[in-house]
Amino acid sequence: MPDLIRLTDVAKSYSRGKEKIVIFEKLTMHIEKGDFVAVMGPSGSGKTTLLNLLGGTDRPDKGTIEFDGQRIDVLKEGQLAGWRSANVGFVFQFYNLMPILTAAQNVELPLLLTKLPPKKRKENVETALKVVSLADRARHRPREMSGGQQQRVAIARAIVADPKLLLCDEPTGDLDRATADEILGTLQVLNRNLGKTIVMVTHDAAAAKFAKRVLHLDKGQFNVAELAA
Amino acid sequence: MNDFVLMRKNLFRKPVRTVLLLVSIFIAFLIFSVMVSFTEAISSFNTKPNRLVTMSKINFTESLPVAHYDRIARMEGVAAATHMNWFGGYYQDPVKGFLPVFAVDPESYYEVYKEDLPLPEEVKAAFFNQRDAMLAAEPVAAKYEWKVGQKIPLNSNIFSQADGSHVWEFTLVGTIPTPPGSSQTGSVLINYDYFNETISFGRDHVGWIPFLTTSAAVNDQVINAIDARFANSADETSTQDEATFNKSFAAQLGNIALVVTLVVGSAFVAILLIVGTTMALAVRERTKEVGVMKTLGYSSTRILRMVLGESLLLSLIGAALGTAGAAALLTALAGAGGNGPPIYFAPSVILWCALIALALGLITGVLPSLEAYRLKITDALVRR
Repeated sequence: MPDLIRLTDVAKSYSRGKEKIVIFEKLTMHIEKGDFVAVMGPSGSGKTTLLNLLGGTDRPDKGTIEFDGQRIDVLKEGQLAGWRSANVGFVFQFYNLMPILTAAQNVELPLLLTKLPPKKRKENVETALKVVSLADRARHRPREMSGGQQQRVAIARAIVADPKLLLCDEPTGDLDRATADEILGTLQVLNRNLGKTIVMVTHDAAAAKFAKRVLHLDKGQFNVAELAA
Repeated sequence: MNDFVLMRKNLFRKPVRTVLLLVSIFIAFLIFSVMVSFTEAISSFNTKPNRLVTMSKINFTESLPVAHYDRIARMEGVAAATHMNWFGGYYQDPVKGFLPVFAVDPESYYEVYKEDLPLPEEVKAAFFNQRDAMLAAEPVAAKYEWKVGQKIPLNSNIFSQADGSHVWEFTLVGTIPTPPGSSQTGSVLINYDYFNETISFGRDHVGWIPFLTTSAAVNDQVINAIDARFANSADETSTQDEATFNKSFAAQLGNIALVVTLVVGSAFVAILLIVGTTMALAVRERTKEVGVMKTLGYSSTRILRMVLGESLLLSLIGAALGTAGAAALLTALAGAGGNGPPIYFAPSVILWCALIALALGLITGVLPSLEAYRLKITDALVRR
């Protein structure tokens, strides 16, 4: 399969007061289209920073990031926002739904950035909620739903604009085992049946088993053997 | 759903807080609208470009010798002059029965204000010749159900008669039609000679001297001549056009200009601080949501627009409610009838309120919206 993402010699560091914290010095990796990658590693290993770079919510200090052949590290803030809305869906550990909106309105949020007419938006929202088996909770607000249901709404929001890439940051970190397995099963279905490329950061080895491959990140470097596999 | 729905939902996320903010904005705009309508009403009374008023240089409550009137009437450029005295009148109740009663010289007064005194000949004759004659604006007569020919006892809270009484009895000889803008709105006119003969102090003095010039073109010349004529005397004068006089008259009555400036100004400054702080707090509470929206692809500019829009929406709703409240209040008051000059809701208030609301919304929204604009996604998502 061709590459969807390619990172070449990426360097990233942060400043904390006078201290400079180096996350990546020269990270090179690629992810193929249709892959489902679980990224594991200890705290501070750079998992979330990697997701931020892949999703265009942060920029590398050096190196290049290509998405489907397009350099995204050179895009301006506004262009990057447009790129994110068209190509990336995000799933967070704590769902991050808008409490003032219903499930359907939360799912509709990314579609407000498109030129779709309201009727078509409504259809897409219904479809996305059906995919996560929550069509009957469309009018419920987040506080009226369980954690698992909220995370499924978040997944529906992530896929509603039909992005190529789903980035999941500890998507089951706040859920019990059974609910977590349901969510991971949903992600697996999206990967297998809809061809979504998924990169999931997790601490949970059981969750990582749902992925096609697992990469271990430590001190800003991947396990070379896993990366080559 | 669209951005406006999002703004509205965000605005009413904490309904009690929003309602309290709206109430404070509503009150400020209500006061502002009423005050502006009042000053507009005062300055909109029929004025003539060649009608001027001379009063004491100190202020209009300081009287002038009646001799000033004779001198002014004879000055070059003066076509007709009259004089007026504030009677401080009320009917039965000093508060509820307040009346703007003026002691005037009937014939000269008629000459100077004839456009607003469409009186039948017999009424005019009675007013000119009868010592205790009284004319009342139609709404005033209607309110107290006074009939022509009726004896009306009026009290003065300033003057007294030789026997110490504050009550004068007058005969209503006619009523004055007062269409909107009439200079006679709310007025009651009594005969100066009768008043002057019976008061126990302040005799042979007048409050102010309205007069017509031969042409508005000579106004400045006449103003300068009159004030120069009485300069360095015991009773120096200040002459101005009628519109300016009306405003200063209103200002003396309640120091309206100062009240408007202080009350409305402090109310708006307080609201500016309250709304600005609350908006900043409200946006800070939603830092993570702003970060999520940016992650989803909402540009910083769009976020800025939405936060600013929220602040504008709050300000405009409050202003619209306040302005509408003032319009309803003034309409009700005008309908109820009163003794003083009726205050109509001035349409220009709408424009002023819209401009102030826009400014208020922009000023209170600028800091939180800039904060949201500058917020980095990586910082927003890690905040709790």
